Amino acid sequence: MGNFRFHQYQVVGRALPTPSDEHPKIYRMKLWATNEVRAKSKFWYFLSKLKKVKKSNGQVLAINEWLSSHLPRFLVALVSLIFERKPTKIKNYGIWLRYQSRTGYHNMYKEYRDTTLNGAVEHMYNEMASRHRVRYHCIQIIKTATIPAKLCKRESTKQFHDSKIKFPLVFKKVRPPTRKLKTTYKASRPNLFM
Amino acid sequence: MPFKRYVEIGRVALVNYGKDYGRLVVIVDVIDQNRALVDAPDMVRGQMNFKRLSLTDIKIDIPRLPKKKSLIAAMEAADVKNKWENSSWGRKLIVQKRRASLNDFDRFKVMLARIKVRYRGEVLSSKSLLNLRSKMRLELLIDAIFPSLVGLRQSFFFCCH
Repeated sequence: MGNFRFHQYQVVGRALPTPSDEHPKIYRMKLWATNEVRAKSKFWYFLSKLKKVKKSNGQVLAINEWLSSHLPRFLVALVSLIFERKPTKIKNYGIWLRYQSRTGYHNMYKEYRDTTLNGAVEHMYNEMASRHRVRYHCIQIIKTATIPAKLCKRESTKQFHDSKIKFPLVFKKVRPPTRKLKTTYKASRPNLFM
Repeated sequence: MPFKRYVEIGRVALVNYGKDYGRLVVIVDVIDQNRALVDAPDMVRGQMNFKRLSLTDIKIDIPRLPKKKSLIAAMEAADVKNKWENSSWGRKLIVQKRRASLNDFDRFKVMLARIKVRYRGEVLSSKSLLNLRSKMRLELLIDAIFPSLVGLRQSFFFCCH
């Protein structure tokens, strides 16, 4: 389904067992990071904000990647990877985030229409960067959810909730079929009418 | 000039960039302003940017997000393949493909077939008998060397246009 910059990881960890606490509680967190190392680091960042545990007195028990490509169900059971349940179904994703702007922290709720959660999150990061100039490390995803069409709040997603959707493509971008055939100069002006 | 080709569920489009270049796909749903969910009988349903699609005139009648079987049945019912291959756009693409796949011998045969047609045209319009004889002689020579050319001329002219 494409190479996403932000991979979703499930990180499971707990504090190290001590004489006073033989079986400390195990916590699981779903994160987005570019790689596993960063995911583990983010895990401790968030967990130490929520619970009294640090990387030095805790352990990561498991870290699994949540992939968004298509895999037949019988293979999913065999492999210990996690996959997006239905990557061919279009879903409306709502993402609650907390971001740091130049003047302070703000909360936001954004909606995206996409086939996979990874795709929606990547869209979110790109949009925050373009619209608000917020970079990846200044965004914390609080919560993500698939929203049924009735509960969507944003007009820009609601306009696609139409079973008889129909619109023209207004102008045709004339493009060579491969980058190799690209030339700087053309003999004639292109016809942009679809 | 109003628009005639719309992005809608059931619109058949041609992929004009990327891995699936040249494939006919059906728009099965619209994700957002830039992307559609497309499907074809021989590929996994996936999303595609509209920039990669060229809309065609063909539209089939399907509900939103049909199952693969019903999509294939609808494509058969609307006879997409034949409509495409008989349309001028579809024919041009087939001819381009045929021309690109010619080997050197095929190109030689095409050259001879073109000579034949040109001389036949000139024979019909020429008034001098002497000219007539030499041209017909050339044509008979080509026919003698390549008897198979006589039957194949049609398909090669298809190429030449």
